[in-house]
Amino acid sequence: MKKPALFAAPALRREWLLLAIVAAIALAVGARAPVFLSWRNVLDIANDSSILAILVMGQMLVLLTRGVDLSVASNLALTGMICALAGRAWPSLGIVPLLLLACSVGALLGALNGMLIVRFGLPAIVVTLGTLSAYRGAIFVASRGAWISDQDIHPLIKGLPRETLLGLPSLVWFAAAVVALAALLLRWRREGRELYAYGGNPSAAVYAGIPVQRRLMMVYTLSGLLAGLSGLLWVGRYSIAFTELAAGYELTVIAACVIGGVSIGGGIGSVSGAVLGVLFIGVVNGALPVIQVSPFWQQAIAGAVILISVVLNARSERTTGRQILEHDALPKAAA
Amino acid sequence: MKAFDTWERVLLALIVAVYIGFGLGIEGYLSPYALADSSYNFSEKALIALAMALLIVAGEIDLSIAATMALCSLAMGFAMRAGAPLPLMLLAALATGALCGALNGWLVTRWRLPAIVVTIGTLSLYRGLALVLLGDQAINGYPDTLSLWGNGSVGDLIGVPGLIVPIEFAVLVVAGLAVGLFLHRSVAGRRIYAIGANPIAARFSGIAVDRYRMRLFVFAGLMAALAAVLLTGRIGSTRPNLALGWELDAVTIVILGGVAIEGGRGSIVGTLFAAVLLGSFTFALGMLNVSGIVMSMIVGVLLIVSMVLPRLLRKLAWRRPAAKPA
Amino acid sequence: MAATPAQPPLLTLRGIDKHFGPTHALKRIDLDLVPGEALALVGENGAGKSTLVKILTGVHQPDAGEIHLGGSAQRFSRARDAQLAGIVAVHQETVMFDELSAAENIFIGRPPMKGWPGLQVIDWATMQREAQRALDQVGAGFAASTPVKRLSLAQRHLVEIARALSCNARIVILDEPTAALSQAEIRDFYGLVRGLKARGVAVLFITHKFDEIFAVCERYVVLRDGASVGSGTIAQADEASLVKLMAGREIDQIYPHIDTQPGEVAMRVEKLTHPSEFADLSFELHRGEILGFYGLVGAGRSEAMLALMGLNPQAQGEVQIDGRRIDIRRPGDAIAAGLAYVPEERQRQGGILPFSVRHNISLAGLAGPASGLGEPLSRGPWLSAGRERALAARMIERLRIKTASQDTPLAGLSGGNQQKVVIAKWLGLNPRIVILDEPTKGIDVGAKQAVYQLIAEMVAQGLAVILVSSELPEVMHLAHRVIVMRRGRQVAEFARGQADADTIVAAASGITLPARAAVPAAGGARAGVDLKPQLAA
Repeated sequence: MKKPALFAAPALRREWLLLAIVAAIALAVGARAPVFLSWRNVLDIANDSSILAILVMGQMLVLLTRGVDLSVASNLALTGMICALAGRAWPSLGIVPLLLLACSVGALLGALNGMLIVRFGLPAIVVTLGTLSAYRGAIFVASRGAWISDQDIHPLIKGLPRETLLGLPSLVWFAAAVVALAALLLRWRREGRELYAYGGNPSAAVYAGIPVQRRLMMVYTLSGLLAGLSGLLWVGRYSIAFTELAAGYELTVIAACVIGGVSIGGGIGSVSGAVLGVLFIGVVNGALPVIQVSPFWQQAIAGAVILISVVLNARSERTTGRQILEHDALPKAAA
Repeated sequence: MKAFDTWERVLLALIVAVYIGFGLGIEGYLSPYALADSSYNFSEKALIALAMALLIVAGEIDLSIAATMALCSLAMGFAMRAGAPLPLMLLAALATGALCGALNGWLVTRWRLPAIVVTIGTLSLYRGLALVLLGDQAINGYPDTLSLWGNGSVGDLIGVPGLIVPIEFAVLVVAGLAVGLFLHRSVAGRRIYAIGANPIAARFSGIAVDRYRMRLFVFAGLMAALAAVLLTGRIGSTRPNLALGWELDAVTIVILGGVAIEGGRGSIVGTLFAAVLLGSFTFALGMLNVSGIVMSMIVGVLLIVSMVLPRLLRKLAWRRPAAKPA
Repeated sequence: MAATPAQPPLLTLRGIDKHFGPTHALKRIDLDLVPGEALALVGENGAGKSTLVKILTGVHQPDAGEIHLGGSAQRFSRARDAQLAGIVAVHQETVMFDELSAAENIFIGRPPMKGWPGLQVIDWATMQREAQRALDQVGAGFAASTPVKRLSLAQRHLVEIARALSCNARIVILDEPTAALSQAEIRDFYGLVRGLKARGVAVLFITHKFDEIFAVCERYVVLRDGASVGSGTIAQADEASLVKLMAGREIDQIYPHIDTQPGEVAMRVEKLTHPSEFADLSFELHRGEILGFYGLVGAGRSEAMLALMGLNPQAQGEVQIDGRRIDIRRPGDAIAAGLAYVPEERQRQGGILPFSVRHNISLAGLAGPASGLGEPLSRGPWLSAGRERALAARMIERLRIKTASQDTPLAGLSGGNQQKVVIAKWLGLNPRIVILDEPTKGIDVGAKQAVYQLIAEMVAQGLAVILVSSELPEVMHLAHRVIVMRRGRQVAEFARGQADADTIVAAASGITLPARAAVPAAGGARAGVDLKPQLAA
């Protein structure tokens, strides 16, 4: 059995290309403004990308199953607000209970999506479009429209992302841990492999005895859990909690997935690719202020990038007509 | 395909229930002026919902339609600043809408991309462009005619004092009739149902599937332009966040109106009823001083409920598994 | 081959009955499967074979009857139950996960695990090793790590059989597995089946090719219209009686007598070519003629027909209709030129299942001048509901479509009637040339006869018909001429009465006749038995 050559598989080729593009952008911007390549800036980009990476891992699991979760940003904000409110109401809370709170609330919100999609067979896009709104409104109801600003944020929440370990902020470690766990799930656990199977051929997956409903519930719950965790980290990092927090961020998450080669059609995608997608967005977003492009451009660029990636993906995934013709010599036709 | 069936009857009953319920509870809800007032918000949303309905029946979707509205309003504003007269301003809006729709259509038909992803991308792109072009500014100073169209009544327009039917509502009625006749009575409408139900069989039967898809996306852009003109006239200014989140309202109206998200089924009458239902409901909430964000939360919940309910009813009604031929 | 000692049956079916809506798909079927033996399940399209397989594999549940496995009664409420009981099916259209490797496909749903309780991970090394072993056992020449999307159809079959082996399946169902295989691959396949039998597996072999029945099977059961009409040992069977059992009537009662003489040239096709699917197709089609297109599954015939209808944009070539050169770039052009195409996949390509019968019938002729009514269905852009109803009523009567009403959704009709609706859609346009692609696939004998009758009427009225079919008897009985395609090329053309079945099959499989090796047959029947129909001269 030969190992496939490094450049043989199209997916692998694609990832090298993406890495090269990210490196090229970084170097180009660095040439213009050397501060871009400083350790400080790299840390900044890493911090910015960490929360995105966590969300992308969750979204990737959903996308693999031919679904989508548009409610992640609202989930993030709602869970973040709940944690902030809890932190303000009970200052004696430790960090572990807060983490547990964030993960369980997020998981619950995700499980609600899952239940509607799995139990009632509703299309994921419409369900999560609805919960996107519902969860966002719930923040207003919970906070009565008020903001929770820096001085009212629980000090442990603020401290959580900033603790350093081996020179790297814990935020980056959180992201690294989530990425590692996702890679483990998708490569080493049957639950993960079965996601690829279901996304590739849903009816065959049922036929093969894969517990499809359980797997789908799992991905939406995990997506929610990771959104909840991200909510706590976001509130801690930016020391603020309000209704419109991270509004529209779900599009950035999907953009990173699509750029990273995760297919909207399901069944295709890798953790390494998704991480490269996150890096791409992180580097581009970090580069914009350095090359003095106004932040107003961010959304437009995100949109354009999604479109270009999807087009490029489609070109590489395109199946040509079946190869029926043989190019050997024709046999003598029977009389 | 039938325009007025069971679900439309249910919607009609719900509309009556809302009007009676809130009419009894809220002072002045049923007064002619309040009724007219309530129609403004849902008229504009219903216009884009009509286009969205056609797209969803055909098996597509356009999540960028509200962002297109923002760009159309922007184009109109820029044209005004450049000194253009009203007709040219309108042309600018329509052209922008058509272009935005054409881009969606091109990506979907030429590159065979799923509409959901394309329009999520163009949603970002168009909204982002609006931000880039306008920043945190606003464009004001629109001509009075525009304000008349947005805020005035038919009576103001034709000089009949007592006729308080808003112009926007009249536009909606005309558009609704036209789109309804198109979908339910014309050859093209029937083909759209076929494309949504089974695009392969439709193509094999000689229907130019891609051509219809492209035209529907362009039509969505044009309706976005029309809605943008009316909305801009009503609020009198253009901001990058014009119609923010309206795509969700449009999808909700369409789904609530009984159009299946998979395509191939649904009615314009249902869509219009759903628009009225949603509009009257949110107007009542507004009179009760419920904030905008809570309203959109309720809309989100309604979207889900409107999908769960039919499936629940079907599950309860059918004891036996559906019979399928071999 | 020595007869194996009689063993008690491993699986017995008694009284299996199944309805699908109006269709009575299985009528009290009895069946026994014995370890180490292959049972041929024979029957025409629509006889109920695939329904029976679905019941055995747990996809459907019988309405009545019992299944006994190893002595105890079984109830397979899901596919998983049947698999756990050791029943595995290999279908013509392999059901696999294209993006995953062969090894993963073999072990899908039951990967070998390692690690500590509570933290179990997939044991890739073992999976790879075991999968490769199973693949080597079936003679596959490729690595277990190959992604399935890169495998040919024959290779995918091997993966499925490797899967069955690694599952320690006790019962293997082979459902028309050789339809797309070359002669050499079929020979290898026979070896595989013998290997399975030697290991004590009970094989259910579904086919309607007599070669295979007499080559590898010990016993047979014949299904017709959902009922079991005959069974016995292959040693005591001959093909003529099997054919009679399958069809239920004498050959010449099934097929109508086609006595129209082909007239002038209706269509001329020159050098129809596609980069990867077919090349250099050239032929003439005459009025009142039935031109058969025969070949193995995947020979490129449907692809060529799609090109004629403008559905295959990469195809090139010249098409002349009634002497005039026609540029066909989209289906509308073909329809305007008088072409009609009844596609192979009735439910996916031919009709719209949720649409009513009426709406299906009018689908292709909504706009435009012609219609079976003699007047257009629409006035300008507006559909006329009244005319649509009239057209539907006329076509339902003319084709004798069995439906509760015009408004019944297509999904509520039986397969045969669905096919009639699709044909009605096209006949309603008064076409000049009708292309039928596997028109009797999956429909019962009665409906088949009706379709043949329709074809006879079509040519009697001066239409030209192209009949694409993999059913050799069908082609030989109906067609005036037969064009044989193999791997995308036109390899032979025969006029009626010019060649026998062996010759035609040989051309389609690409072997030269005298060199065909005698295949040792199980059960003592003659080798290489073929259907030798009586042709109407």
